[in-house]
This record gives sequence, C-alpha cells and structure tokens, in this order.
Amino acid sequence: MARNDLQGSLDLLVLKTLSQRGQLHGYGIVLHIQRASNELLQVEEGSIYPALHRMELSGWIGAVWALTETNRNAKFYKLTAAGRKQLQQAEQGFEQLVKGVRHLLRYA
Amino acid sequence: MLFVRRIANLFRRSRINRELDAELQSHIEMRMEDNLAAGMTAEAARRDALVRFGNPVATKEKLMSVDAALGLESVARDIRYALRQLRRSPGFALTAMVTLALGIGANVVVFGVLNAVLLHQLAVSDPQNLYQLRHKPFMAGRLLTTSYPAFEDFRDRNVTFSGMAGIDAYSHAALNWRTTDLTVSGDEVTGNYFDLLGVQPQAGRFFHAADEHGPNSAAYVVLSDALWRSAFHADPSIIGAVVDLNRHPFTVVGVTPAAFHGTERFVWPGYWLPIVNREQVEGWNSLDNRASVALTVIGRLKPGVTPRQATENLNAISIELAREYPETDDGQPLRLIHPGLIGDGGEVIRGFLWGVTALALLVLAAACANLATLFAARAADRSRELALRIALGSSRRRLVRQLLTEALLVSLVGGAAGLATANLLLGVLNRWRPAAESHLAAIVDARVFAIGLALTLVSALLFGLVPARQAWHSSPLQAMKNGPVESIHFRRFALRDLLLCAQIAICTLLVTASLVAVRGMVRTLETPLGFQPEGAMLVDMDLSQPGQTESALSDDATLKKQRQLIEAARGIPGVIGVGAVNRTPMTGGLHGVPIFAPGTTKFALANSVLAPYVFTISPGYLQTAGTRLLSGRDVSWDDNPKTPFVAIVNETFAQKMWGNTPAIGQHFIVSGNLTEVVGVAQNGKYHDLEESPQPVAYLPLSQNEDSGMIFVVRSSRAPNEMAAALQRTLSSITPNVPITVQSWTDSLADQLLPARAATVALGVMGVLAAMLAVTGIFGMAAYGVSKRLKELGIRVALGASRVQLMQAALGRPIVLLLAGSALGLACGIFASQLLRRIVYEANPRDPLVLTGAVATMALLGIVATWIPARRALRINPSSLMRED
Repeated sequence: MARNDLQGSLDLLVLKTLSQRGQLHGYGIVLHIQRASNELLQVEEGSIYPALHRMELSGWIGAVWALTETNRNAKFYKLTAAGRKQLQQAEQGFEQLVKGVRHLLRYA
Repeated sequence: MLFVRRIANLFRRSRINRELDAELQSHIEMRMEDNLAAGMTAEAARRDALVRFGNPVATKEKLMSVDAALGLESVARDIRYALRQLRRSPGFALTAMVTLALGIGANVVVFGVLNAVLLHQLAVSDPQNLYQLRHKPFMAGRLLTTSYPAFEDFRDRNVTFSGMAGIDAYSHAALNWRTTDLTVSGDEVTGNYFDLLGVQPQAGRFFHAADEHGPNSAAYVVLSDALWRSAFHADPSIIGAVVDLNRHPFTVVGVTPAAFHGTERFVWPGYWLPIVNREQVEGWNSLDNRASVALTVIGRLKPGVTPRQATENLNAISIELAREYPETDDGQPLRLIHPGLIGDGGEVIRGFLWGVTALALLVLAAACANLATLFAARAADRSRELALRIALGSSRRRLVRQLLTEALLVSLVGGAAGLATANLLLGVLNRWRPAAESHLAAIVDARVFAIGLALTLVSALLFGLVPARQAWHSSPLQAMKNGPVESIHFRRFALRDLLLCAQIAICTLLVTASLVAVRGMVRTLETPLGFQPEGAMLVDMDLSQPGQTESALSDDATLKKQRQLIEAARGIPGVIGVGAVNRTPMTGGLHGVPIFAPGTTKFALANSVLAPYVFTISPGYLQTAGTRLLSGRDVSWDDNPKTPFVAIVNETFAQKMWGNTPAIGQHFIVSGNLTEVVGVAQNGKYHDLEESPQPVAYLPLSQNEDSGMIFVVRSSRAPNEMAAALQRTLSSITPNVPITVQSWTDSLADQLLPARAATVALGVMGVLAAMLAVTGIFGMAAYGVSKRLKELGIRVALGASRVQLMQAALGRPIVLLLAGSALGLACGIFASQLLRRIVYEANPRDPLVLTGAVATMALLGIVATWIPARRALRINPSSLMRED
C-alpha cells in the first residue's frame, strides 16, 4: 500500500506537469516539479525515469526524440487520452487521501 | 533459426539500452549546462549533476525491472489469482475440465483419423502427380481394373504419361525360409513400379524394368519393413538370401522404407515381386489373357499435361482397343483419380470423415455452450465481488483479463487431458486390425497437436467471453446495493437461456444422428444375404500345387479329389451339409462374365446380352450355403463335359433374360458353351451389401474344373471343435496341403465394418452429447432452484401446491428443453443430407427414430431435473426464512 502511494504521487506529479506544460523531457519535468513546489519536493532526479518508463508502457504518456532549445537530442514526453483520464482519477484519489489524513490528524 | 533470433534479440536489447543511456546522459548534461550557467566550475557542475541524479546503474536496473513486472509478473499474478479461484470451487473446475476434455478429445480423435486418411500424402515422391486409371462402371459388376495386355497397350500408345506401372494387389503366397512358414500377401508389380513412385530402399536394392526379360525371368522379392521385422527380425543379412514363395525360389533384393506401404492407405502389402513371375506364385499365367482383368494401373503425367488431356488420350486408346479386340475390350471411357482410398471408395470415405468431423465440432460447440452457461452463472454469483473490485479502482480490462485467464486455464488443462485421452485412443485404433492386412495408421503428429491447441484456445475464448462480457457491462452500484439485482439477473438469464437452448438442440441433433446410425446398422444386418453364414465353416485348400506344375494333377484327378473331400467331410459326425464353390459371395474380386443369346457366332462384347457374376459350384453347395432353389434341380456329379452344359440362374438373371417366361429349359451361351437353365435360385448379395439385385449364374464344378475351391461345411457342432475335426479328416486325404478353416460369419466381418464404424462413431458422439445435455439442464435447474430457494420458500409458506411449486422452479428449464428438442429435431430432418453421407440409407424422418429421439430427450430431461425438483419440494419455509 505504502509503496503504491509513493509511486502514485510521483505519477500524479509527472502527469500534472505534462498536462500543464504539454511536451517535456525528463530533466524538464524534474525542474518543473522542483520549481512549482517551491523546492519543497526534492526527488532524486534519476528516479523519475522508471516512473516515466512505466507510464509509457501503460499508455498514459507517449514519447518522441526531438531537439531542445540548446540543440540537444532529448526524449520528449506527452500526455495521452488515457493519461488524462488517469490524471483525473489520481487527482481525485489524492484529494480523498489528503482529506482523510487531515481528518485523522485533526481528531486524533 | 534460433541463432538468428538470438542475434536479433541482442540488437533489440542493445538498442533499448543505447536509448536509455542517451536519455540519462542528456539529462545529466542539461543539468551540467544549467550549473555552468549558474556560475559553477566545470568540475563542480559535473559533480553536482551526478549527485543529484543518483546512482545511474540502479536507475537503469529499476527501468528494466519495470518491463519485466508489467509484462510477465502481471500475467503470473493473473494465473495465481485464477488458480486460487478455481481451487475454491473444485467441483466447478473439475466439471468444466472434464466437459472440455471430452469435447476436445472427440475432436482430436476424429481429426487424427482424418489427418491420416485424407490429409497425409502417400509416402512417394510428388504424390500430387500420381494418378490411377479407373473405368467408369459400365458393364454391371465389371471389375474396375485392366488386363495386362490392355495395360501394355495403354502404356505404349499414350502420349500424355511420362510413365505407367501396373499392380496386382491380390497376391497371396506361402513364404518358407528355414523354419519360417507363413502365409503373406503382397503386390505383384511391373518392374518400373519403384522407379515410377520414386521410392528408395532402406536396405538392399529394388528391382527395375531392366530386370524383366519375359515370364519368370525375375525371381526377386522386395520385403516391406513390417514383414522384414516380423518374419526376419530385421536381419540385414536376409538381403541376397533365397526364400520360397509358394515353393518357388525368390531372391530377397531389398526392403522398403518403414513409411512406404504401397499405394493403398488401408491395405499394406507385405512384399512386392515382379509381375512377370506371377505364374510361379499364382500357378497360372494371365499376362497374355485379355479377359483376366486384375491390374490396377497407375501413372505420372508428362509435365504440362492436364488430367483432362490425359483422360481424352486414354479414351481414344480405349476405343481403338475395343475395335481391335471386340471380344474382350469394351472401349469404356476411363477416369483419372488419385490412388489411396480403395479406388472410388474415396468419395464415401471422404464424405463419412467430414461428416463425422462436423458432428465432433458440434459436440465441442455443445460443450462450449455448457461451459459458457456454467461460467456465466459463476460470474453472476461473483457479481458482488467483481463490482467491489471495480469500485476499488480495478480497471474493467483487468477484470476481463482475469476472467479470461481463468477460462484459459480451465481449457488448457481440459484440452491437455483431452489430447492425452485422444492419443491413447488413437494408439488403440492403430493397433486395431479390422482384417488381417488392413491398417489404419492414425499418426499423432504436430498437426494433430496444433489442432488440439487451436480448439482449446478457441473454446476458451468462446466460453470465457460470456462472463467477461457480463463483467464489462456490470454496474458496480446496482450490484452492491442488493445482491443479484433482478433486472441484470433477467438479462443474464436471457443469454444463458439461449445457450442452453442451443446446447439442447445440438444434443437432440446428435442423438437423432446416433439413432439413425443404429437403425441403419440394424437394417444392414437384416439385409437378406441370400445365404446363411451362421453355423457354416469355410475350408480353404488349394489342390493345385504350384510347386508341382510339371506333375500337376490332371483336371479329372483334381475333380475326383474334390469329390472325395466333400464325401469325407460329409462323413464327419455333426456335419449337416457340405458343398464347394470357387468363390464365396462378398469376398470381392467378382466381375461380370459376358453371356450371349443362343445362335450368336461373333462373341464381341457389344453382342453380349448380360454380364452376370458366374460361380462354379458342387452339388449340394446351394443347400449348404442356405440359398434356396426356387424351381428346377440342383447341379449333379452326373453333369459332365459329355452331357449337355447346364446352369442354375438366380431370379434377377431369369427376369432380365426372359421376363415372366419360365426360365427352366431356356438356353444361353457362356464361355462358348450353349448352356441350358435347369434351376432358378433366390436372389442375394454377391459383391457388397449396398448393391442392387445382380444377375448370377451357377455352373456345375463337374463341367467347369476349378482347382481353387472353397468348401462350405454346415454343422451343428461348436465351430472350434468342428474346425479341428475338419483339419484332421481333410489332411489325412490330402497331406501337405495347407488348410485354413474359418467360420463364415468371421470372414464377412469386413463387409459390415463401415456400418459398424459409423454406428460406433455416431453412438459415442450421441452419448457425449447426451451427457452434456444432462449436465447442462441439471446445472441450469439446480442453479435456478438454489438461487430462488427463498422465493420458493415464501411460495410454500403462502400455500403453493406442489404442482405450482414445480412450475415455478422448473418451468423455465422444461420450456427450454422442449424448445431446444424441437429445434434439434427440425435440424436433424434438414441435416439428413449430412447423415446420408455417413450412414447408408439414413432416414431421420423414420418414425421410430423420431420417437426414439423424443423419448431420449424426455428421459434426459427427467434425469437432469430430478434432483433439483426434489430439492425444491423438500423446502422447509420456516427454517429458510430464519436464515440470512
């Protein structure tokens, strides 16, 4: 359960990032998560790649090789329709989790 | 192949690896660039980038494991889950597997036979280009083969064949070598036989056309693999040895490969010898006799020649021959067929096998319908669990995958069991020899396994999709609210109803088919044969000793000996009658003999008035055989070449020749002799059970010597006791002559084989179908009752009578049973075309068959609903209402 949750929240972050920024490479996703969370969420940068790979195999995101602004070859990721749906479900699930945890903390 | 795949895999893996490396590398470099831009030194920027990234090797490993987990592990999880589910309900799992094992087993057995008989090519090179010449049946009862001189004419005059060979497959010989002494059968073939077929010896050499230099010039024999193993213990030194065939020395030159069994699938020759030497084995030379038609002709077409062109070419030759030899060649048109299935028997065999295949597939369809009902009922019971899992976030696709995995597991186990059983059964079939020389080699090869697997997978899909569809459409909310929801329940029942109805219809069809087969069999057995084989023994002894051709008994002496043997046999206590005939009916090899009107001078075939079968008989044969003499007298020993030639004819002969005029005293010419009819015998069957009434003439042995007589002995004593007594008595008169004694009924077993095979095959299908119907109806009724126990309890509490209760509990299954049976009967009537291919004279409209089918289905219905009905009647409302 716990493992799933951690993995689930990383998935949620990646999906959310892609839904906001459109097409992005792995490094860009890491940077966005760090900046958007005011540097609160620090992920080990390499750990994003297994997550990306898994989501790609699940059909939530698609990938193409393309050039960055600095003319570097990088793999760019993009949300698919299934990924959009998954994001919606994950967001709802997360809301509930937060609500539940908050209740628990308040009344415990 | 494997090597190539491995290399490809290496490339694939390294491609994925390279892509990963590039992606991770680009990440680290982009971080370094940003660090440099932020003012770090190059060294610090690199270190920071690496630290932030973490261990790249671990990352890569994790990535790889994601692949494995998503691919394999989830499948493993599904399988584990399915196993757990099945273990929870072992009765269900076992029923499902057994049902499927039966369905698939039946199909694999049928396909195994089909594969061996129809789909497997003969073990010769280029079998598609091998043809056999067949005569259109023209003269009634004419053998569909050719004489040796006619074969030579066809071979030499045609311009369309690259080669032609002749086979006489009716060769029998006593084989003697050292202590070995046995009777074997084989083929006498022309010298080019093996070269034409393109077969290579597994040991030694074959004989060739160049070995033939006129009659008795090539005393060589080629052994079959089976004979080499059984008679010579596969001893290679036998090659070059001299063995005796009917007391003539033949040199063993070679052994055929194990896979080669000549050109007929069901009859495997034990040896092959050059036809130029046939006089030594057969005792007489027929190579220059145009009237002796025993040769089957095979040939290969020249490249680019179509069978049609070849047929036209042959027919032109046939007409030429009829002009040149009007007394023996009738110029009938020829056809080309592929050899292997007893000439034209192919049509019947093909129809039968495809028909049985269709029925076997129907059994499997019924099994699938059965399983679909079972699985759907189970899914309905689990609807709450399924709904809960959807509500908890499991995707529908996953649920469907799990249900399908379950179905697949069941069907794989069932299919494996079916294949194993089928394998055993086919093994038994292979060992089973309906007659001494016949074989049915059902090979279980990759093709059979592939079909078994394909059937397994297809049936898994068929019955797995029904519950999967249900899971896909189920609404979690409703299912959770109040158990099996009525509205869903109703719809689900509709599908299950259809399935059960279809299943019962198929079952009725199969039961009808089995009954039709049994009726056909009974009718065949009841066909009047025109003779009574029961209680009669056949004694076969060849008085003309081929080894003594020089000092052969004169015809007169042979006749004397035969008469002596008959008298001696008659003297054995318990013997009621003894007679002799040159060939007993229904042992094959019959052909019409042309007869002519009195006064005919030109004996051209075109002038003949009838071509009856002709039998040579001794006095007393007709009475012993049980063939009634309707008028006139029997032949007698006093009819001899010096007295007028006489004959007894059967009713058909008399009718065809003289209509209603009494036949006795009429004349006709046979074999050049003006012959007077002295008796009329009853009709019978002479070649096969299916033949229309054939004309027959019986000629007295004393006017037509024949050394190869078969003695018929009728007695009241036990067959084995009688056989021993006959052996003793007869060998004391003719020492050193091999005698075989067999009951007449046994010798006819071959003739009844097709009808028996059909009855067994259809009977098994019928029983399988009936079992499936019982389990299907039982499952449905039992499930219905158990689901509605509470409702039924309420009904009882409110005062429902037993009849009303039964109506409520079993109304639906019974309505389905009726509808399905009616549908099945209708199908059976419309499928009579199919049944007619399988069973001779099949008539599904036969009232007895219809009544039988209806009664069977009613009985099955009663059996299947008995237990659920009792359960419904035993309901105790008070205890039921207290539950839950």
